[in-house]
Amino acid sequence: MIRALAFAAALVVALPVAAQQTMPPAPFAYRQLENPAQEQAAQELMETLRCLKCQSQSIADSDAPMAGDMRHQVRTRIAAGESPDQIRDWLTKRYGDYVSYKPTVSTTTWPLFAIPLLLVLLAGAILLRRFGKRK
Amino acid sequence: MIAELGLAALWLAAALAALQMAAGFLALRDAADGALAGLIRPAAIVQGVLVTLSFAMLVWLFAVTDLSVKLVASNSHSMKPLVFKLSGTWGNHEGSMLLWVMVMGLAGALIALVERRLPERTMNATLAAQGVVSLGFYAFLLLSSNPFERLPVPATEGMGLNPLLQDIGLAFHPPTLYLGYVGLSVAFSFAVGALLTRQVTPDFARAMRPWVLGAWVLLTIGITAGSYWAYYELGWGGWWFWDPVENASLMPWLAATALLHSASVLASRDALRTWTIMLGVVAFSMSMVGTFLVRSGILTSVHAFAVDPERGTFILALLGIFIGGALLLFALRANTISEGERFALASREGALVFNNVMLSAILAIVLLGTLYPLLTEAFDVRVSVGPPYFNPVGAIFTIPMLVVMAVGPLLRWRQDRIDRIGKEIALFAALVLAALILTSLLADIALLPLLGLALGVGLAVASLMPLRRRKLARTPLATWGMVTAHFGIAVALIGMASESAFTSERLAAVEEGGSTSVGPWTVVLQGVEPVAGPNWTAIQGRVSASYDGGEPVVLTPQSRNFWAPPQQTTESALVTRWNGQLYAVVGDRSPDGRWQLRLWWKPFVTLIWYGGLLIALGGVLALVGRVLSDLRHRRLAARIADRRADREALS
Repeated sequence: MIRALAFAAALVVALPVAAQQTMPPAPFAYRQLENPAQEQAAQELMETLRCLKCQSQSIADSDAPMAGDMRHQVRTRIAAGESPDQIRDWLTKRYGDYVSYKPTVSTTTWPLFAIPLLLVLLAGAILLRRFGKRK
Repeated sequence: MIAELGLAALWLAAALAALQMAAGFLALRDAADGALAGLIRPAAIVQGVLVTLSFAMLVWLFAVTDLSVKLVASNSHSMKPLVFKLSGTWGNHEGSMLLWVMVMGLAGALIALVERRLPERTMNATLAAQGVVSLGFYAFLLLSSNPFERLPVPATEGMGLNPLLQDIGLAFHPPTLYLGYVGLSVAFSFAVGALLTRQVTPDFARAMRPWVLGAWVLLTIGITAGSYWAYYELGWGGWWFWDPVENASLMPWLAATALLHSASVLASRDALRTWTIMLGVVAFSMSMVGTFLVRSGILTSVHAFAVDPERGTFILALLGIFIGGALLLFALRANTISEGERFALASREGALVFNNVMLSAILAIVLLGTLYPLLTEAFDVRVSVGPPYFNPVGAIFTIPMLVVMAVGPLLRWRQDRIDRIGKEIALFAALVLAALILTSLLADIALLPLLGLALGVGLAVASLMPLRRRKLARTPLATWGMVTAHFGIAVALIGMASESAFTSERLAAVEEGGSTSVGPWTVVLQGVEPVAGPNWTAIQGRVSASYDGGEPVVLTPQSRNFWAPPQQTTESALVTRWNGQLYAVVGDRSPDGRWQLRLWWKPFVTLIWYGGLLIALGGVLALVGRVLSDLRHRRLAARIADRRADREALS
């Protein structure tokens, strides 16, 4: 009896949540590809794509409906034989660079790559100055 | 009444911080003024008591759910379990800042009470610096985030606490990190005090070291616990995502690690004076940057921050004043402080300097990757920086650091020859190579996890080598601490590499009674039933799992619905074995009546957190060792002073 009541309560509470997402999730949002190599490629790609509706989550770690749709897109495209890089390009064309956690060298991101290089030189210089002269 | 009492205590504490600051600086300028200097320590102690009282009042308001107080009404709910009412005190902006100043006040009171090693002038300067920092935070609380504000009309019911935060792990995660941040603020005050009086001595490093060690231990525990919380609570099995909030806690840890090693060199060898001061300033700056990132709301959106910038601007201004001031002082004084003892590259100090440079570079990378997207967003260019950036770029500096870390503790102080420890280096290299070749033959894994595994195995053995040819019973506690912490790094590294190399995942739609498999596990969904908790209802899956055909274990993952505020969370269920964890989540029901199961088998994933705990344990051992030897010295000094007094009395 108590169980049934709790179940009813759970349903009532779940209603508003359900109302926001009346569409069932896309087929490959929560289903893996049959081919393990393809699934692994899809998984690796999904882990580097941002869920645009969440705060700092990849689409591989999110229950948001949009992340589910994007997972579906990634999996079906991988299954159709597209390469991960092609899919990433397609997504960045559609949503902008923001969707990819893997920055590439461009006019807006070059400091991300120049500064580490500078750091290597700086670290080398500090160590040389400290230990180089003596002997 | 209670709220007003808390607010009054807070104002009084702020006034005492101002007194501590003013008296400290005046006494510093005019050394002869004993009356003013006599006020500093009592002011620090009373301030600690008052701010604790203020925090206790806020805890009381949350415990009784006083809905006439705005903070309680917007963050609590009368139906919440008591432990989450209490932890709700610091589960919000105002309360957590009050916790911060309370810990800072208590730390100030403690140094005022017990620290007698340093010259009194340096102590006064240190407490004055501490007064400046505290006063900044009091101003922030009182002027822009008053936790005791009343509502004109009391609310009938509270708004509740984010269900994700209603978790016992998270109840204690933020305070742990805060304690760590505050410990670094004490180190900062010591550094400023020493700079002001130009007394950068081994004694200064010894006085500062327990605070750095303590802060470092708490940050380690906080990061480890936060990572485990994200792992089991968010329901997708991820344990680190290079999220800005995570980075905000990692950056002070990196700086504190470097500071800790540098302070040790200063304490025992009187070298690296300016380097230690600099790292003291950097470590606290990183705590401030962390607080700014988490507390200003800039992470949700730079634009939202620009619309309501009051709090963020305040923290940013504090950051600018404290750090800018300290750096200016450093620039003015650095050339008057000599570098200290010299040493060769092939020496323990040499290895420590090398790794401190590496740690600083890693810190710079994390800082860059965290702030750069915020910077471009201000110009309406949105980029994302995530694991595919941090992992390889960080590895450029991490890998040499791990190699030097394996060898460094075997070297002697000041000057040594590499060939003296040739055998140990050969053993380490052989282990790493063997692990590298063996793993790459047996499994097809990516480069970074492969290197992580190999270096982890080599480091695990190398980290124990400082104990060879030592009488274990007579090895100092601090040495045990170092060995334990280094071994912990190796353990955590193996866990991380193994998790990313060997995890297997299964997403399946399963009918009741149906089965699926993941890695060596066979999993049967026995049934799905509704359950209810104090402020939630849930769908609970009953899942039986058997490892390699063995005795089945029953797991009960849940999908919970909270009603205040309405939100859905997944509660994962875990089976822990010595060689890894099975991770199970139950999701929605698909239209054909089957249930979504998400399953992961993660070999050796637990080593990540065991490693973290070992690192923290190493810190605790070192801290206890240092404090005990300090107490021994004090007793000895007291006895000598007694005897001298006796002799004088006799003559």
